[in-house]
Amino acid sequence: MTAAAAPGVHAPASRAVRLRWALSDGVALVGRELSRIRQEPGELIAALIFPAIMVVLFGYVFGSAIAVPGGGNYREYLMPGLFAMVTFTSTMAVTLRVATDASRGVMDRFRSMPTARSAVPFGHTGADFLHGALGLAIMAAAGLLVGWRAHRGLWPTTEAFLLLGLMRYGLSWAGCYLGLVVKNEHTADNLIPLVFPVTMLSNSFVPTGGMPKVLQVIADWNPVSALTAACRELFGNPAAPTADAAWPIAHPVAASLGWSLLLLAVFAPLSARTYRKRGR
Amino acid sequence: MADEPIVVAEALRKRYGDTRALDGLDLAVPAGTVCGVLGPNGAGKTTAVRILATLADADSGTARIAGFEVARRPDQVRARIGLAGQHAAVDEKLTGRGNLRLFGRLYHLSRREARARADELLERFGLADAADRQVAGYSGGMRRRLDLVASLILRPQVLFLDEPTTGLDPRSRGEIWDAVRDLVAGGTTVVLTTQYLDEADRLADDIAVVDHGRVIATGTPDELKSSIGDRLDVVLDDPGAAGGAADVLHRLAGAYPTLEGGRLSVPLPAGSVRLADVVRELDRAGLAVADVALRRPTLDEVFLRLTGTPADDTTADTPAGTDGTGAEGSAAVRAKETVR
Repeated sequence: MTAAAAPGVHAPASRAVRLRWALSDGVALVGRELSRIRQEPGELIAALIFPAIMVVLFGYVFGSAIAVPGGGNYREYLMPGLFAMVTFTSTMAVTLRVATDASRGVMDRFRSMPTARSAVPFGHTGADFLHGALGLAIMAAAGLLVGWRAHRGLWPTTEAFLLLGLMRYGLSWAGCYLGLVVKNEHTADNLIPLVFPVTMLSNSFVPTGGMPKVLQVIADWNPVSALTAACRELFGNPAAPTADAAWPIAHPVAASLGWSLLLLAVFAPLSARTYRKRGR
Repeated sequence: MADEPIVVAEALRKRYGDTRALDGLDLAVPAGTVCGVLGPNGAGKTTAVRILATLADADSGTARIAGFEVARRPDQVRARIGLAGQHAAVDEKLTGRGNLRLFGRLYHLSRREARARADELLERFGLADAADRQVAGYSGGMRRRLDLVASLILRPQVLFLDEPTTGLDPRSRGEIWDAVRDLVAGGTTVVLTTQYLDEADRLADDIAVVDHGRVIATGTPDELKSSIGDRLDVVLDDPGAAGGAADVLHRLAGAYPTLEGGRLSVPLPAGSVRLADVVRELDRAGLAVADVALRRPTLDEVFLRLTGTPADDTTADTPAGTDGTGAEGSAAVRAKETVR
């Protein structure tokens, strides 16, 4: 009986095979996300239209009444803020996907299969990174349409997008961890609105200078602010004068890099461990 | 390991906080058989399956699949098992075919093998027509079937089915049963947990009755039924004479019968009383009989006897003697309490 079933047995033979399988599993899981998008293009379009709507909404509705301190076009001021904001808000999508997998038993199926342990969180965050890249591209296109430009040339522009991508990847891991912890798509759904205020409490839409002192401190140390300020600097977009700014606002590129690496260092091992952990 | 059962659990214990989910569970399933793990809700069935399928660690005890210790060689175990659970654990946003191809890839089949295997399984389990539709649009039965099929991609040596038909309509249940029978015919060993006794009765070669985290009885369905003996049912022409008949049956069977809807019913050790004797004795007492039968107990009765809980809500105790046959009738009702 045992021999008859043998053609099915796929147990890892060596370290090299194991590594190859881990990579192919990761690729298969990222591919899963692409297949899902193919099945439900509407969902993707909705997700991508959202940032474009934000550009119009904030750029023209609020922008019509807001003057940038120190001068400059508000839409030029706004775009780096929107890039940063979307980088943060869209992270909840990965939480939702991971939590759905966990609550529907899909995660358990993966766990009961010879699939590499590390591949599942890597697959989810990898897929989320692709979503993020696509979102940024749409956002940039919308920005270009409303008159936003990157003024400092190829390398600083690339640097800004790399910085956004890195932050997004770090946030993907944080989102993945949250999904593994809540394990319930409805809870995850309820968490989504909470991200919004966090992103608003920053320098994305207005300078922090006019905020009450407590909020100003929080806003200055909000990673969204660092990322926004870094983008403004690298794109050469107008920024409010930073005379006695907090450290992250004065050194936004370093601060963004630091936040991203911190997120990765904390949440990648946490996610991997939580996924791996058996015994529930 | 020549003759070791393909699934072995020895003294598995597992606590969740203050609850003892498993309290020294033992299980041995010979290769090529179907083991029905039967128990009320919360008996520990699912916990046992989770441990055997490498999803959870036991606090103590050991489990082996095909000779590989589950806790030490989970990778070897995972390559040999399939698990279909209470959920339809498939990606709703993908098509049926997309799901099977993905899982095939994650089982490390080549792209071509994964495609071929998906097509083959979809065809074999009657899902070919729906293969290119999104799973979100599938019926409950189709989802479960897809879930089952997804656990067959590697032709597992051991298939764990955790309440595979809970919540399904009778037709879908029948389809799942057919699929399981097919697999067993092909040599797969199946560990099936269920609360449905007819399911265990139809599919299982051996049954392990689990309660409070341990196995309290094992045997074939027949052996389990024999262990609690037969039942003698008598319906009288005159329901008012139930009291007299109860005495006669007590003399024959050594216990007072219960009265339900005009039917007197008493348990008997298997083969201890002949039907002819019953008819003769009742006749001698001047009692006219409308119907008399000796019957095997159902697995439900076995289960009720062993665990003290009905198998599911629909078989909850019906009050006896509801037709109110006067003093004699209530004597039989009282007798029911003494029988228990």
